[in-house]
Amino acid sequence: MTFRIVPAGDSAVIVEFDARIDAGVNAQVIAVAEALQAASLGGVRDVVPTYRSVAIYFDPLRTDSDALAALIEREAARFHLAPAAARAPVRIPVCYGGEFGPDLPDVAAFAHMQDADVIRIHSAKAYRVFMLGFVPGFAYMGVVDDVIAMPRHATPRVRVPAGSVGIAGVQTGVYPTETPGGWRLIGRTPVRPFDPARAEPFLLKAGDTVEFYPVAREDYDRLRGGGA
Amino acid sequence: MSEGAGSAALVVIKPGMLTTIQDLGRWGYQAEGVPVAGPMDPCAHRLANALVGNAWGAATLEITFIGPELEFEDERIVAVVGASFDITVDGRLVPANAPFMVAAGSRLRVGQRRRGARAYLAVRGGLDVPIVLGSRATHLVSAMGGLNGRPLRAGDRVPLGPPDGARRTAAALADPWPLPERPARIRVLPGPQVEAFTADALDTLQSAPYVIGQNSDRMGFRLEGPRLQHSRGADIISDATPLGVLQVPASGQPILLMADRQTAGGYPKIATVISADIAVAGQLAPGDAIAFTVCTRLEAMAALIAQERALMAIEAAQS
Repeated sequence: MTFRIVPAGDSAVIVEFDARIDAGVNAQVIAVAEALQAASLGGVRDVVPTYRSVAIYFDPLRTDSDALAALIEREAARFHLAPAAARAPVRIPVCYGGEFGPDLPDVAAFAHMQDADVIRIHSAKAYRVFMLGFVPGFAYMGVVDDVIAMPRHATPRVRVPAGSVGIAGVQTGVYPTETPGGWRLIGRTPVRPFDPARAEPFLLKAGDTVEFYPVAREDYDRLRGGGA
Repeated sequence: MSEGAGSAALVVIKPGMLTTIQDLGRWGYQAEGVPVAGPMDPCAHRLANALVGNAWGAATLEITFIGPELEFEDERIVAVVGASFDITVDGRLVPANAPFMVAAGSRLRVGQRRRGARAYLAVRGGLDVPIVLGSRATHLVSAMGGLNGRPLRAGDRVPLGPPDGARRTAAALADPWPLPERPARIRVLPGPQVEAFTADALDTLQSAPYVIGQNSDRMGFRLEGPRLQHSRGADIISDATPLGVLQVPASGQPILLMADRQTAGGYPKIATVISADIAVAGQLAPGDAIAFTVCTRLEAMAALIAQERALMAIEAAQS
């Protein structure tokens, strides 16, 4: 495991791994983040894994970046990768196209194929949740097949409805709440990735595996009405 | 969570320009993409609570530029710290930076602003809105916390916690809490991605003040000033975004990330504001200028310890 520790101001350090989007790098990131979270170190406020780094936020009056860096270095030998498939894959139903997926025809044109082929390719793969960010519960997933990996809109939409499923290059994701957004929208899921009223507010966490599967509009309505 | 019948409340007569409920922020959920939020000026928030005998983490009102008018359902001790406003209770001027009593049925008005951008209004007992993921802080973009995740509106009832508590109120501040100079002097530490910029970029950052652009809010300040040059492109793989970090998109014009920042972002970050100067930044608004200075970690810590001592001396007036 190779990393470097970089201070970010006086109250955060960043543990940086290889700067690439890669499942192996991300697995190291998550292993380190989980070890640090489990250690509940004094003065640490938050441990935040991303694609390729872990940020450790701390109270600078209680600890400092040197102490944390020394601790991370010392513990590094004990970090080990989480066993594969620690959590079962999360299956997410998607009603593709139509009013729910206004960009599906554009993605099909980008890929020189039919809408149905885009749906087949998007739902054929298991995706890794690399990180969460942007808004509560938004999971950055990949890696999308290059053929349908259309870049995001140059100008984001002002409003993207909650549940929208989008593509941005090799990333895919579900909008948990209505927000502005630039991803290519290909469908919508009745599932809510974030619901503060649920016992488990967040559907996904970094390191999870996600599989999308197509459902008809009636199934979407039924699942949405069923309080999913 | 005592919203409803029985508990006393503040009734919002006029909401002001942007009045939100804030506490120390929603720490511990950034891994799930949940922004921290919290007060833009954490020192003023803390002192307002100290003056009314609340714990540091009690929820206060963050008042921005144009203050609210509030009616009290029961008698409460109140304090306002931060930006300087003319404050009246039933038309009579009351002091800022000191605790004062508001009688049941009285109207408190935060009126003409003199200096600074944000004031914190603390009420003994705290603002008792529901706790969401460990915090009462309002995050506007994700519509979370506070009162239904939004700024106050006319007609809102903001429930208050029980006013009884062991702590005494603190004495009035001997001096008003300092507000920024013009331009505001803000110290930064280089990094975390200073190597993504040309060798002279830190000198450029310090060469002239940056002006806060109109399109600035609780998420961040878009700064206009000397252009910072990237050494190898303006896109990085998304990475954590600490409070006070200066991220720089392709335009070379930095964005200072503040309380409502997202948890991660994809632009290189040249430098980070030191903790002791976050409160200075929190009192700024569009049109204000910032003169950045690079400092050392030792200076950053000395400044933070000095600030903490000053805050603790005021809090020590409580028992």
